[in-house]
Amino acid sequence: MSEKKIDHTRRNLIVATTAVAGAAGAGAAIPFAWSWWPSERAKAAGAPVEADISGLAPGELQVVEWQGKPVWIMRRTKEMLEAVRKSDDKVTDPKSEVAVQPAYAKNENRSIKPEFLVLVGICSHLGCSPQSRTAEAKGEMGADWPGGFLCPCHGSKFDLAGRVYKGAPAPVNLEVPPHAYLSDTKLLIGEDKKGV
Amino acid sequence: MANRLTALWNWFDARMPSVAEEFRKHMTEYYAPKNFNFWYFFGALSILVLAIQIVSGIFLTMNYKPDANLAFGSVEYIMRDVPGGWLIRYIHSTGGSAFFIVVYLHMFRGMLYGSYKQPRELVWIFGVLLYLTLMAEAFMGYLLPWGQMSYWGAQVIVNLFASVPFIGPDLALWIRGDYVVGDATLNRFFALHVIAIPLVLLGLVAAHILALHDVGSNNPDGVEIKKKKGPDGHPLDGIPFHPYYTVKDIAGAVVFMMLFCVVMFFVPEMGGYFLEYNNFIPADPLKTPAHIAPVWYFTPYYSILRAVPPLFTSQFPGVLAMGIAVLILFFLPWLDRSPVKSIRYRGIFYKSALAIFVVTFLVLGYLGTEPITVWGQFGPWLGNADVATVAARIFTALYFAFFLLMPWYTAIDPCKPEPDRVTM
Repeated sequence: MSEKKIDHTRRNLIVATTAVAGAAGAGAAIPFAWSWWPSERAKAAGAPVEADISGLAPGELQVVEWQGKPVWIMRRTKEMLEAVRKSDDKVTDPKSEVAVQPAYAKNENRSIKPEFLVLVGICSHLGCSPQSRTAEAKGEMGADWPGGFLCPCHGSKFDLAGRVYKGAPAPVNLEVPPHAYLSDTKLLIGEDKKGV
Repeated sequence: MANRLTALWNWFDARMPSVAEEFRKHMTEYYAPKNFNFWYFFGALSILVLAIQIVSGIFLTMNYKPDANLAFGSVEYIMRDVPGGWLIRYIHSTGGSAFFIVVYLHMFRGMLYGSYKQPRELVWIFGVLLYLTLMAEAFMGYLLPWGQMSYWGAQVIVNLFASVPFIGPDLALWIRGDYVVGDATLNRFFALHVIAIPLVLLGLVAAHILALHDVGSNNPDGVEIKKKKGPDGHPLDGIPFHPYYTVKDIAGAVVFMMLFCVVMFFVPEMGGYFLEYNNFIPADPLKTPAHIAPVWYFTPYYSILRAVPPLFTSQFPGVLAMGIAVLILFFLPWLDRSPVKSIRYRGIFYKSALAIFVVTFLVLGYLGTEPITVWGQFGPWLGNADVATVAARIFTALYFAFFLLMPWYTAIDPCKPEPDRVTM
């Protein structure tokens, strides 16, 4: 067998044909993989949503759904905003350097209006939804807990501006979605071109 | 009548002799070592469980609805209204956990007797591929009841892909087909769970067994029976698989089915380990349950994931560690440099390492089912760290040490000489 001379012309032809057929076969997978992207319907359902915040009392948290995700709108009291100041040295990224918020929310309160905090309620760790823990939850959260959020899955803690505490498994702060004020009581979530 | 049957068989055999040929090759003339013990039940049992899962799964699809609005209700409909539906569902849910129990014992057998070592590397590789495929099958199946654990478990696992550098977020979006786990995700997981992955599983089972039958089975002594053949050309220490081991395996299957039925009829939820309590609550994308944990068979890896801290604002290291923890199994045949296969002739190093590894796997598995606060906190001298997290980090290190130090400790292990023939 090995002593026979190899006809390289024929062999090259076979190799080339096999390669072309293999590429074509791999190419045939494209339409199937393509079908896994979000459908037009899913994209339409992910369009921006409007939220009415006129009924939100100070200290209250409202949840609206955007792209199937919970979006929190929290109306912070003066004390809560002071608590945010005080937790500056306890959080990983006090100045919101990591870009998980639009430029207009990269400030000390991580919001457009200091009062209203808008956050995607999905933990930056593995996508669980953190839960509100008010300042009353000191028994569970420790005596110096000023209020904030706790992720039940892996124990990440966030302050009242959605900034992650040091030592938590979550790597970055909670995301601030693109949003804009259509009026004093109407908030658009998912888009920020109109208004502000 | 007997003559008629013989004539019918002869007619068949004359037209398709390969059936009888393959039966001889793989059953009546496949010579298996005569000293198989208890640990050798679990290969055959995993085939039995696969068959149970396929049959019960087919009947579940007849009433299940892969639709985010209907899925949870259709499972409750199966449980309450379909005649015998509760039984079929419990067969399938018990079978899911039983599959991993027999597969873990089967893999442990391979580690006890060095069944992955030369010349059986391919048998082992196909086996690890089977294990990976089974994990995918189990994960996708767990989403289908569309309970809270289904939903948030899938959310967490799909988000693991989102942590891959650069392409992560798009990759997760592509897998889900929506911005969160939703109807599109449920539908595609259903398709993969009921047809695509089972086909891969069946193909891999065939490859696993064919590769095994080409090299021959290992045995508790780890000696090659093909080295000593009788005048008839068959191994002196081998006996035909059929009828000897088919009969033995049937006895094992009977005992196994008794245990299976006890679980299925009396404790199908197994205290929340086989069917988690939170999964009896419909999926709610806006509310994560207070404590989420994967099903028990994934928890050792889940512990590893939780144990690795984030690095440079990325949790990818934990994901990577979890992936490597599984993939490292592929390299076992080359990490083990011992001259002997079986634990019977290994030295104290491998014996101790394997014992520590078993404890490590079990502790990581236990910790993965519990919240990280389960063992309380250390004092301020250790920054109030959670005891369970520190323990998980130590055991994660031990898990990897078992594999990464293996080339060293198996090479210097004081082994005993292997016998020429198998012992009973």
